[in-house]
Amino acid sequence: MMFVAAGVALVVAMMLFLARALLGPTVYDRILAMNSLGTKTVLLLALLVFIHDRPEFVDIALVYALVNFVATLALLKLVEHGRLS
Amino acid sequence: MTDRWIVELLLAVVVVTAVGVVRARNLLVASVLLGIYSLVMALIWTAMEAYDVALTEAAVGAGISTLLLIGALIRTGSRIGGSKERDAPRIDKVALAVAVLTGAALAYGTLDMPAIGDPTAPVHVHPKVARHYIDRSMEETHVPNMVTVVLASYRGYDTMFETCVVFTAALGVMVLLRRRRPPAEPAPGEMREQAIFVVMTRMTVPFVLAYGSYVITHGELGPGGGFQGGVILAAGYLIYALVYGLAAAQRALPPRLTDVGAGLGVLIYAGVGVACLLLGGDFLAYDALNQADPAKGQQLGMTLVELGVGLTVACVMVTIFNEVAQP
Amino acid sequence: MTGAELLTAVLLGAGAFVALTSALGVLRMPDFFSRIHPAGENESLGQTLIIAGLIVAAGPGGTALKLLLVWGFLMMTAPAATHALTRAAWQDGRRPWSRDDDGPAPPTPPRAGGAST
Repeated sequence: MMFVAAGVALVVAMMLFLARALLGPTVYDRILAMNSLGTKTVLLLALLVFIHDRPEFVDIALVYALVNFVATLALLKLVEHGRLS
Repeated sequence: MTDRWIVELLLAVVVVTAVGVVRARNLLVASVLLGIYSLVMALIWTAMEAYDVALTEAAVGAGISTLLLIGALIRTGSRIGGSKERDAPRIDKVALAVAVLTGAALAYGTLDMPAIGDPTAPVHVHPKVARHYIDRSMEETHVPNMVTVVLASYRGYDTMFETCVVFTAALGVMVLLRRRRPPAEPAPGEMREQAIFVVMTRMTVPFVLAYGSYVITHGELGPGGGFQGGVILAAGYLIYALVYGLAAAQRALPPRLTDVGAGLGVLIYAGVGVACLLLGGDFLAYDALNQADPAKGQQLGMTLVELGVGLTVACVMVTIFNEVAQP
Repeated sequence: MTGAELLTAVLLGAGAFVALTSALGVLRMPDFFSRIHPAGENESLGQTLIIAGLIVAAGPGGTALKLLLVWGFLMMTAPAATHALTRAAWQDGRRPWSRDDDGPAPPTPPRAGGAST
């Protein structure tokens, strides 16, 4: 039950971050919001496997944490240098 | 279902994000929002307990597809204004009407579908498909993760041709986009000269590579397998390439090697099938690999084809990144 | 409720509180540079509290180890991402908003050329 309560709180927080991502106004605000959303997603993924009492699937949160960072890094490289190489 | 609330809130988030993607005038903004869309989808799959799908969405949708969209923006020369954005959506009424009608028709179509998780749904009671997988997969293969058994063994043909599709994508990218000249060295002051990135790369990349190998080889026990593990392996390369520059990354892992690896993975997969044929079984019927104990043969076959898939996927992701990263 | 469950509930509650306040901060702060502060709170303190709560719930074992890895990875990547983001914004000519400025929007001086550290 406490997992569900924390999960709902995280989803509400995600909605606020999403509002920032949609409002902008600059692309940096959007990337900041996306990055925070990514962290929230990792936590919510971890919470969800506990809600379902399948903690062995916490791998999903780990994979997400690894891969999401690549996207953030690429976006930052693009906005700073205009290329990925 | 105690987490019903979470799923419904997340679905609302997906809808809002989708509208945001359509309304965004700047393609970079649309890419960022699509990244958010995909991360929420990974959450929904997890909330619905589709862990293998969630893992794939997390591996591919979240990181790699954003990267490919960015690559497409670079290679098409789209103007990526750092701070300038135009937000003045024009709405074509005809297109909007068509989209709304199509959406309504699709929503109407779902009314006839069985409820989510309904155990009496036709797809779950077919005696030769679903029932067979559920009742016999443990006995026939001794592998606890039924999803891996279905993908790698019962429907091995599907997965083999999916691997071929991935390989074909790499071929297409090579033919269309490959440049002869080597990538330029990064200018001074870039990420590789900032201590925070160097330290972070050194501490994370070895771990990412080890974890990717783990996911490829343990697909029969937990969620994951060749596809997800391959993407994670590629993610390790991508972090290195983004921080140290493409030139350094290609010195560490020459494109010639990944070209060979992409083909080799498909060859391993098909080769396992041919080996089954030569040992007297059917193509990709792994029972033939171990006549004394067919379950052991199944496990060996699945491990080998997962290795093939992982190799192809990792090499293809690296190749595509190599080709799109240069402007 | 056992002691471990109570500890989990307290940690998750605190984590959820930090998550909500930081989300509110990101939404309400006046400009990009001030929004980094609440976002950083979420990415360090918020995630530490929630993962600590889950580790207590999981008990010692493989799951706790994986959660620890998640924590370590987030702790390593989040500051790097924030650093790069702020740097990119600065080099793009964005400057922090201050009360002396006219209007709510942050000023945008001409683009700072070259690479500065």
